[in-house]
Amino acid sequence: MCVVCGCGTDAATISDAGAGQGADASAAHTHAHPHAHDHGHAHDHDDRHGHTHGDSHSHAHSHADAHAHAHGDHAHGDHAHTHADETHADAHSHDGPVPLRSHAPGLEARRMVEIEQGILAKNDALAAGNRARLAANGIFSLNLLAGPGAGKTTLLVETLKALAGRVPAAVIEGDQQTANDAERIRAVGVPAVQINTGKGCHLDAHMVGHALERLPLAAGGVLFIENVGNLVCPAAFDLGEDKRITLLSVTEGEDKPLKYPDIFEGADLVLLTKADLLPHLDVDLAALRRNVARINPRAALFVVSARTGAGLPEWLAWLEAARRERLEALAAAADKRAQALRAAAE
Amino acid sequence: MHEMSICESLRSAIEDAGRAQNFSRVTRVRLAIGRFAGVDPEALRFGFDIVMQGSLAEGAELVMLEEAGTAWCFDCGETVGIADRLDPCPLCGGVRLTPNGGTEMRLKDLEVM
Repeated sequence: MCVVCGCGTDAATISDAGAGQGADASAAHTHAHPHAHDHGHAHDHDDRHGHTHGDSHSHAHSHADAHAHAHGDHAHGDHAHTHADETHADAHSHDGPVPLRSHAPGLEARRMVEIEQGILAKNDALAAGNRARLAANGIFSLNLLAGPGAGKTTLLVETLKALAGRVPAAVIEGDQQTANDAERIRAVGVPAVQINTGKGCHLDAHMVGHALERLPLAAGGVLFIENVGNLVCPAAFDLGEDKRITLLSVTEGEDKPLKYPDIFEGADLVLLTKADLLPHLDVDLAALRRNVARINPRAALFVVSARTGAGLPEWLAWLEAARRERLEALAAAADKRAQALRAAAE
Repeated sequence: MHEMSICESLRSAIEDAGRAQNFSRVTRVRLAIGRFAGVDPEALRFGFDIVMQGSLAEGAELVMLEEAGTAWCFDCGETVGIADRLDPCPLCGGVRLTPNGGTEMRLKDLEVM
């Protein structure tokens, strides 16, 4: 277990990008910073992972004023470090300790501490760090969500074959156990890191942040993050991805979007897979499309078959357009910054 | 069962607050759980008791305040209150609604000593 960030309670392990099962994430990385830092931030980060301080810096000062957070002077390298100030959550209670039972001698004083912080604030801040890091490296990232057996890896393999030689790609595979999926990806010549979550039912931003440390990818590359097969839990955890894709195989039935709305609600694209099986099924494809559109009217939708190739051109066109749009937005932001710097130098 | 992960996030937030604010025991934890936050309160309660063992909040009372859900209707463009995710719009009867309120879960406050 990683003693600094508390990761890996269920012994999540992260492999290297090449072949072979990696060591425990805790053994493989060293955090050079104590999380329980007081304000002042004089720490140097030796590593370069996108680490965000999303924890509630609940300042225990007892009065108003005197907010002297010296945020300006800490020595960071060029890693993406966001302080997620919006989640600082002002946990201080301005009244200081309030003994609620001060009339009862001998009892320790109880007091209320206001926190007002999203329970997943830590994950969200780590996701923001991943997003900033991916943006700085010019990488377009996708989070693939689906139940087990929807055909995520099979579609991914066909997609990687189609991109080969044109677009650099890398994959983070999430499963409870085995490196089978990462091996299938590496077999088509694409670097893949396998995260085994142990008993965990989803990937989180922290695991993905560590996986990114092991996955070199050129600017303009596409990072596919294949989440743990699960139609429920992965929906709640932002990983820092640019787009979310939910896959549902046509064999799973037309009412899945209504039964499991959360996983469809946040999707930018829904892919209905295994379309080659449609002639053998009683599934009502029009009803399935309607149910997806009811839960998420904004999502694009394609019906695809990795086996026959049907629908793959539409999916690949969507992917390339989304990648181009992302890279153009990053380039425009970089231009704007360059202009501002030039203007400042005049 | 991501309720266990949620409880672990909660434990970590409580321990951070304990270090920052010098308390060594939490006697009550109050959460605000949105109607559409995607968590099952009973699973959360089950996970809470297990995950808090050995922490500052071992044995603490867990209070969950439910926050009402609202959704935006694609048909009439209004934000409406709905009790169930699949309820139709009470204004126009449309069924294409996207939750826009009651989607969060927050740690509100702690009673500590």
